[in-house]
Amino acid sequence: MVKPAIPELQKSKIRSALNVGKRFDGRAPLDYRDIQVTKGVSNNAESCVSVRVGKTEVYCGVKLGVVEPYGDSPDEGTFMTSVELHPMASEGFDIGKPGIDAVELARVIDRGIRESGFIDFKGLSIESGKKVWQVFVDIVTINDDGNLFDVAGLAALVALGSAKLPVYNAEENKIEHKLSDTPLPLNKDALSFNMTFYKIGNAIVLDPTEEEEDIADFRLSVAFGDFEGKPRVTALQKGLVGVISEKDLNLIFDTVKEKYNTFFPKIKQLVWDE
Amino acid sequence: MVAEKDSLYKERFDGRQFKELRPIKTAVGIVPSADGSAMFETGGTRAIAVVRGPRTLHPQHMQDSQTGILRVTYGMMPFSVWDRIRPGPNRRSEELSKVCEWALGSIVDLAAFPNSVVDVFIQIPQADAGTRVAGLNAAAMALADAGVPMKEMISAIAVGKCDKTLIVDMDKSEEDFHEGEGPTDIPVAVTSRNKNIALLQLDGKISVDELSEVIGMAKVACGEVLKVQMKTLKERTGELQDG
Amino acid sequence: MAEERKIVIPGETIVSGSNYLPSDGTYRDGDDVVAKIYGIVSVLENQVKVIPLSGTYFARRGNTIIGTIVDITMNGWLIDFGGPNRAFLSLNEVPRYINKNELRDFLDYGDSIIAKVWDTKGRSIDVSIKMRGFGKVEGGMFMDVNPNKVPRIIGKEGSMVRLIRDSTGCNITVGQNGRIWLKGSDIDNEIKVRKIINYIVDNSVSVGLTEKTEEFIKNLGFTVNKTNLEQPVEEVTGESISSDEDN
Repeated sequence: MVKPAIPELQKSKIRSALNVGKRFDGRAPLDYRDIQVTKGVSNNAESCVSVRVGKTEVYCGVKLGVVEPYGDSPDEGTFMTSVELHPMASEGFDIGKPGIDAVELARVIDRGIRESGFIDFKGLSIESGKKVWQVFVDIVTINDDGNLFDVAGLAALVALGSAKLPVYNAEENKIEHKLSDTPLPLNKDALSFNMTFYKIGNAIVLDPTEEEEDIADFRLSVAFGDFEGKPRVTALQKGLVGVISEKDLNLIFDTVKEKYNTFFPKIKQLVWDE
Repeated sequence: MVAEKDSLYKERFDGRQFKELRPIKTAVGIVPSADGSAMFETGGTRAIAVVRGPRTLHPQHMQDSQTGILRVTYGMMPFSVWDRIRPGPNRRSEELSKVCEWALGSIVDLAAFPNSVVDVFIQIPQADAGTRVAGLNAAAMALADAGVPMKEMISAIAVGKCDKTLIVDMDKSEEDFHEGEGPTDIPVAVTSRNKNIALLQLDGKISVDELSEVIGMAKVACGEVLKVQMKTLKERTGELQDG
Repeated sequence: MAEERKIVIPGETIVSGSNYLPSDGTYRDGDDVVAKIYGIVSVLENQVKVIPLSGTYFARRGNTIIGTIVDITMNGWLIDFGGPNRAFLSLNEVPRYINKNELRDFLDYGDSIIAKVWDTKGRSIDVSIKMRGFGKVEGGMFMDVNPNKVPRIIGKEGSMVRLIRDSTGCNITVGQNGRIWLKGSDIDNEIKVRKIINYIVDNSVSVGLTEKTEEFIKNLGFTVNKTNLEQPVEEVTGESISSDEDN
């Protein structure tokens, strides 16, 4: 729907409400909307899920291939992430080649997963120096109502967490159209969740709606996971032009610690389907 | 009908009758921020259609001051088929976008929206043949859902032939049947009121008489599809409708 | 015989007979009057029309719209009220004299106004804010709904919007273009009213929506007041597709 342009009055109302800790949908500034996960979105994938947070929805599928490993890592599989900010999901997305927003999002999600060690790259080796599994994570946006960063990131984790290796026929060098019972090799403890903080007015906010996201001054994505009972950061990305004050940063770090205790367990549940 | 006893395709792989459609599931209003949207699922193929518009058309030189423009973009999601499809447009998706645009263009009336565009996005999350026809079926419902004026609805089906057997609603295993005369795949779209053909393609080999016959079968099948589309739109609750 | 309140889809024959006149949302095909949009049939005498269940908002004379100033010309302002078109507010259609140099002081880019549509010839839509109750919006907050839900939110002769107003004490102005302005006693009040309106939108096809909404309002902690018929009814234009089943 093409809505009328957001008036200044509304922007300042969002900010003034946040200054007293209120949001239009009744949430607290650091609360996430309801999360819904649906699996089996495509039966032609190693896994394919839909993740919905509030009204924001993305699909994410994991596909595997067999390739020669890179020269400098003969025992490791490869991994690639793509994000399509599809125009069906928002008035703001254009038809055509991926714009910088899609590229940035794909790279941030990719780094968060890669650097955390979540994927067991050595476990993806089939024949040393000759054949390795190649992992593709493809994300397509379905509806944008804010916070695609976190929703897409979560979808990637859930899809990877439920993926199974296809049956590989080594003699014929052929991947059968069949899934094995073997899950994708992952280091479960290395699971890292991307949580993006937005500065709106004077407030730090999590999981904004589209209306809130449109007036954010900066966003800071913090990917973190478990390490020895404490949160460990595995990726950071600051976006947009606003600057982060020391007060902002302290609040963000405190929130990461708090969410590690109160929210990260829920993420683990969603990924491991417990 | 056809002399199946001569044909190498005597029974359908999934046990259906030759003229039988796969089970259909549909829904409308699945993308909240869109003007209209629908899902059409037939057997293992699922299509989503999303309508955005009428909205301003950019760049300005493409605008038509007499009428709105319809723009259809068809694409398959990378994980929709077993052999992953690289994201982004390709020649096949461009061709299918165009034939779908012509099909939908024959029924919409955009005279009330000069200088505007109505965008229809057809996306396939899961494919088992018949993707463009499933996409058209979803798109017709999405356009209705978006309140776009249309003279008629449109319904589509892929009919064809496996060796000598004429069939309705081909699935992938049938498209891959290469014995005897092999597979012939014929997507057809029919308008609801005047029963005119708005989309017609063929890939394979078939006699003129058989072609005539199978198109007749397609029209009947499209009538079945129309019933499901109508039912969903009329009983709209946002829940999944079984065809 | 045309079935009143029947849902039709494009291409469907509504009635047959040359005595019927095809009106909005329909066209003639031989003897038949045929639906051109997805919506609900409405027959008035022999005029057959289809009221859309969805779709773009078409500005009509007399409509109240809420929009945002997006451009300022030599002699007026251009307003975005959703969709590809713009409405024009002329200098002559404001309550006091404005000098050509004072345009921005009176209404600036990003300001929001409640306006009445007074002319829609061709593509241009002219609005006015001369009347009481119209003009620049101050305070409160906005929410956007699908324009086709507006009749449900307004209710038959304004009954639904009055119900919300009286129970919550919140001022509500509903734009036909789908933008709603709320001004309550405080933000908590406005947030609750937003919930009520979202409830109506989500349940718009339900039977007995009025009772369900009253229940919802009570559950939010308000007392439901049935309106006093003597109270002045502000213009609450718009076709209501809520039928008698609603009460």
